[in-house]
Amino acid sequence: MRFIDEYRDAEVAHKIAGSIRRATTRPWKIMEICGGQTHSIIKFGLDELLPKNVTLIHGPGCPVCVTPLEAIEQAVIIASKKDVIFCSFGDMLRVPGKNKDLLSVKAEGGDVRIVYSPMDALELAKKQPDRKVVFFAVGFETTAPANAMAVYQADKQGVSNFSVLVSHVLVPPAMEAVLSSKQNQVQGFLAAGHVCTIMGYKQYELIAEKYKVPIVVTGFEPVDILRGIQLCVEQLERGTFLVQNEYSRVVTRSGNLNAQKIVDKVFCVVPRKWRGIGEIPYSGLGLQKSYERFDAEKIFKLENINVQEPTECIAGMVLQGIKNPHECSEFDRQCKPEHPLGAPMVSSEGACNAYFRYRKNPFGAKI
Amino acid sequence: MPKNRDFNASCPISINDYPNVLLAHGSGGTLMNKLIEGVFKKEFNNKELHKSHDSAVLDIDSSRIAMTTDSYVVEPLFFPGGDIGSMAIYGTVNDLAMSGAVPVAISVGFILEEGLEMDKLIKIVKSMQFAANKAGVDIVTGDTKVVDKGKGDGIFINTTGIGLIKHKLCIEPFSVVDGDAIILSGDIGRHGIAIMAVREGLEFNTVIESDSAPLNELVSKLIDSNIEIHCMRDLTRGGLASALVEIAKTSKLQITIDENNIPVREDVRGACEILGFDPMYVANEGRFIVFVKHDHVDKALNIFHSHGLGMDAKCIGYVSSKNHGLVTMRSCIGTMRVVDMLSGEQLPRIC
Repeated sequence: MRFIDEYRDAEVAHKIAGSIRRATTRPWKIMEICGGQTHSIIKFGLDELLPKNVTLIHGPGCPVCVTPLEAIEQAVIIASKKDVIFCSFGDMLRVPGKNKDLLSVKAEGGDVRIVYSPMDALELAKKQPDRKVVFFAVGFETTAPANAMAVYQADKQGVSNFSVLVSHVLVPPAMEAVLSSKQNQVQGFLAAGHVCTIMGYKQYELIAEKYKVPIVVTGFEPVDILRGIQLCVEQLERGTFLVQNEYSRVVTRSGNLNAQKIVDKVFCVVPRKWRGIGEIPYSGLGLQKSYERFDAEKIFKLENINVQEPTECIAGMVLQGIKNPHECSEFDRQCKPEHPLGAPMVSSEGACNAYFRYRKNPFGAKI
Repeated sequence: MPKNRDFNASCPISINDYPNVLLAHGSGGTLMNKLIEGVFKKEFNNKELHKSHDSAVLDIDSSRIAMTTDSYVVEPLFFPGGDIGSMAIYGTVNDLAMSGAVPVAISVGFILEEGLEMDKLIKIVKSMQFAANKAGVDIVTGDTKVVDKGKGDGIFINTTGIGLIKHKLCIEPFSVVDGDAIILSGDIGRHGIAIMAVREGLEFNTVIESDSAPLNELVSKLIDSNIEIHCMRDLTRGGLASALVEIAKTSKLQITIDENNIPVREDVRGACEILGFDPMYVANEGRFIVFVKHDHVDKALNIFHSHGLGMDAKCIGYVSSKNHGLVTMRSCIGTMRVVDMLSGEQLPRIC
């Protein structure tokens, strides 16, 4: 398949891995931001191809993992209401809230539906004017344009029974949070290709300069990721801290300007709580005042929901790369995808889930 | 941006035991396995059930009879490559075939929803008879119930089948041994993607048709050619991965497969890439794996390749006794990883 097979070519992958081994003279720690990249790394065993002194740290770029417990709780409350059709991307349904997840709400009779696009939810609202249709607008910059477009269209078309529960997050502030942490070990980044497709990589130039870290915009296939690592290691060895674009077949420096325009029209930057991390200023998107009447949080009066998060699991440490999922005492014991203790075990983009699916060896033996 | 931020561990309480049945309890993954082991097998405790095979094999007087049952709930009722009626016949025929039985008779239980168009019902019934003819089996008894509108999805069908086992082989997961070769009968993932495409209104360049088909004729050819078959499993919900994991766990052996040898059609791969699905877990209705004695591979593959349903068959891996109950896969770039069951359904990803 074009654009897939050539980026999963074993020969090319091993050649790049050889170049990385030859280029590496010292230990380096590189964080891949995006959960999609984490998933590829573990699925294809890319870390096995790297020299021992290049360590990959799995970053917080999993939208399911970082959506705060309060937002899940709000979703559970809204979805349980009789007059509501609650629409969400599939991954969010299994994330445990305080007492239950959205799948349980569905099993108890709540009208919870998986949709592929917020526009599907908007269509549903037009077809069922007597029901309140709420879309769970989560994700990074990647999903923001489509979610913004749904709100914009709802406004244009006068669809008053449509609203969104917004918990959007932004990548650059999270990178800064990682870099300014006391425990930070990250020396270079693989930036998330999909996010940069929308936003470009201008913003990352400031971060690279400020924190003196190389940042490589990277795709998701094995060859992409290995090339990203190669460029990053070469910069670290040279002592440079530039932004490089490995994913140039998709990403440009300025990104998708039309997408950015609709995001700016509908959303504004707000402080946002990240699950396992805490509140990060300027790290989220919320609805602009002019679109407030589509804000489910306000419509259902749920602004003051506050949930105390218990501390059973080490998701925060995993999301910062201080610990590997394997090192959690509850991994594959109390915490499994069918009963996750933490969100990183839920999502297919979560680090714990990827380790569970591809690295779990109940016998601890070499496979 | 505050300096020296501390990252605090913060996570929710685990949902261990769901108080209600979830859809995921029926999706062929670990949740369903828990339901079967923890609720059904616990109560319906007997030796035959614990063999965890597609059909039970009963010794009645001097005959060996295979028996199986399956219920069919699918939306949409009609899809490219089949419909709920033909699926209900082929599914049960295939479960019988997986123990090497020749299907003899099938019973049909209909649960109809008030309001179902009679034309649709007739179309489904005709399709069932066509499928039965194709598989060489008779539909000999049946039952009909009608439920209030809103309490069913148009039509639910249950079929139970019995078949006669004429061979002397013991085809079940417990018969798998170290060194066995695993043959996959063809490309995977077509049924699941065909259903998904109709249900969600996804359009691709080509129409992806379900692989729904009766496997009994091909299986009979393998048995008649004296291939030493140790186990067979048709790949339905949960896909190839779940079938392999189930057999590895029951046989307490390790299975190692090679990703490069698993055929997936280009359009199915494309659809899976878009949806974030792994074809290893996507449903099939006309594919199976067979575990054969290692030196019978070539002979078995020749038989597969001479049959319309096995033309793309490949040897995908081998059995070893290294680690009990583990499935591993050599990836397309040559690294090894574990293959496990999913907990529930595959859910489309966010981005």
